[in-house]
Amino acid sequence: MSNDETIPITIEFSGGLEILFSNQKKYSLALPAKDESGEPANVAFLVRHLCDKVMKDPRKELFVLDDTVRPGILVLINEADWELEGEDKYEVQKGDHIMFVSTLHGG
Amino acid sequence: MTTVINSLRQQIAICEASLRELRQQLADAEHIQRQQEKASRPKNPLVTDPTDPFDHDMNFGIPDDFRSEIFAVLEQEVKSPVQDDSAHYIRWPLERYEYKRYGRQLIMPEIGIQGQLRLRNARVLIVGVGGLGCPAAAYLVGAGVGTIGLVDGDVVEESNLHRQILHSTARVGMTKVESAIVALNSLNPNVNLVPYTSRITPETATSTFKDYDLVLDCTDNPASRYLISDTCVLLGKTLVSASALRIDGQLMVLNNPPLPPGDTNGGPCYRCVFPKPPPPESVVSCGDGGILGPVVGVMGVLQALEAIKTLTQKPLAFEPPSLLIFSAYSNPMFRSIRLRSRKVKCTACSMHATITPEALDSGSLDYVQFCGSVSPIDALTPQERISVESYAKLRSGVNPFTGTVSNKDNHILVDVREKTPFELCSIDGSINVPFSVVEATPSSSNNDMDVDEEDWIAQLRRSEKPIFVVCRQGNDSQITVKKMKQLGLDAGGKRYIGDIRGGLESWRKSIDNDFPEY
Ligand SMILES: [Zn+2]
Repeated sequence: MSNDETIPITIEFSGGLEILFSNQKKYSLALPAKDESGEPANVAFLVRHLCDKVMKDPRKELFVLDDTVRPGILVLINEADWELEGEDKYEVQKGDHIMFVSTLHGG
Repeated sequence: MTTVINSLRQQIAICEASLRELRQQLADAEHIQRQQEKASRPKNPLVTDPTDPFDHDMNFGIPDDFRSEIFAVLEQEVKSPVQDDSAHYIRWPLERYEYKRYGRQLIMPEIGIQGQLRLRNARVLIVGVGGLGCPAAAYLVGAGVGTIGLVDGDVVEESNLHRQILHSTARVGMTKVESAIVALNSLNPNVNLVPYTSRITPETATSTFKDYDLVLDCTDNPASRYLISDTCVLLGKTLVSASALRIDGQLMVLNNPPLPPGDTNGGPCYRCVFPKPPPPESVVSCGDGGILGPVVGVMGVLQALEAIKTLTQKPLAFEPPSLLIFSAYSNPMFRSIRLRSRKVKCTACSMHATITPEALDSGSLDYVQFCGSVSPIDALTPQERISVESYAKLRSGVNPFTGTVSNKDNHILVDVREKTPFELCSIDGSINVPFSVVEATPSSSNNDMDVDEEDWIAQLRRSEKPIFVVCRQGNDSQITVKKMKQLGLDAGGKRYIGDIRGGLESWRKSIDNDFPEY
């Protein structure tokens, strides 16, 4: 059983979300290929992984709410709204570029 | 001095108002003059100049069918009342000045005569005359959009001027709408500008929007963004929405095409993209987060561009929905993201919509409540807070409570503003622990992870002096006091930790008038 298998992906934060992630906009991540129950890693698992393993800021509620990204954050998979790709059930592929964008309101 | 300034401002406002009036009269008079000139032109204008080899008489040497085709096109554009015996007279669809003024865009295939006529007949509503609305309005007025409505309830402040390019130093204190109209009138007096000097509300939205073809959302808060989107969906208007903060901007053209709710071929609305509002504590304003002038300027200019594209586009030439992300310090600066189509269960634009014209007009939809708000922070007991006056006495060496004189640096003053504003100005002797650092620190210091304590905590733990915490307005300071106590910095209650009520704003007002206001 190859539990240490990982998927290389790029994560990017925009619209101020990077503040929650040590002010770093881009991350190259090796995401475990299987989630906690051995299923292929999907975006829901990625969000949990980011929250538990990458995010150092204690204000988790500014990133996740009710086990998914909070309202006001767009998830973009390879330059497309995740709604076009199956939302959090999308299975993460090698080389994916996944972006989290917080909406802005200033004007 | 204040009364002098106010009276001067008032006088300026009055003069500007009469100037505006005069300009309008002048524009009207010029218009009448042009009409008269046109009417009194010689009946037979087709006499050509034989010395000019390029002067072409359309009566000769042109096939009849071609000629009638051209004339038919021209007739279509100008539904002129004087058509009788001047059938030979070639009337131009645009006024003379319009060819000159708009010539540089007229000669482009993207605009051309048809596009210019569409712009002239168009009515655009700009909601918010700030950092986005100013540049957007300037370009649309410049381009010759026929009618532009301007909605804003605010007055011009000095801190607006670095980015809100229509306003001016002399017009600080004037309503933003009036100030913008002064600038826009001098830019192009031929555009009909309609002022709305109150904030948009559910009760006024429908009546304000209904006469316009296209709406620009240039506002600065989630509640108005949902209200504007809902109104656009209900009235079938395309919406050009933009926003900006710090060094980032976002742009979307929504409800495009603006088909009725339930029609899945219509473009997505704001609620399709953001069904739920963000938690209020995650919403940062330009006043708190900062904004770079050209960043919001770029976004406003792009809104004008999208408006011009939408107004002049060939029928049924709709782009798929997208979100444009601008990031001033990234490379590339622009990125376009494919957006979803209309959401099947959208509460505004789907078959199952619950947001109806009746609900909107009745005012039963509370957008402010829907989006929530951060309640004023009142986290500490009165004993944990000190007024700026008492703190000033304490600094002078007099204990405000006992009256005894003691050492001046008998305490530690912690300023929790971010590093950059702290470097702008600070109270002598204060140390900086940015609030973002405070917030990013886990509450319990003795958790199972045996990590080194962060520097700022370690530094404060080394001393036993009382700690006073200050911030800009007295909110973050309260949260910091709580955090410090959770971290055990108060030595189980033996050491005093408190915040300075009202923060540096109160300090400036009551103690040190020279302290910069920013
Ligand atoms: Zn919708």
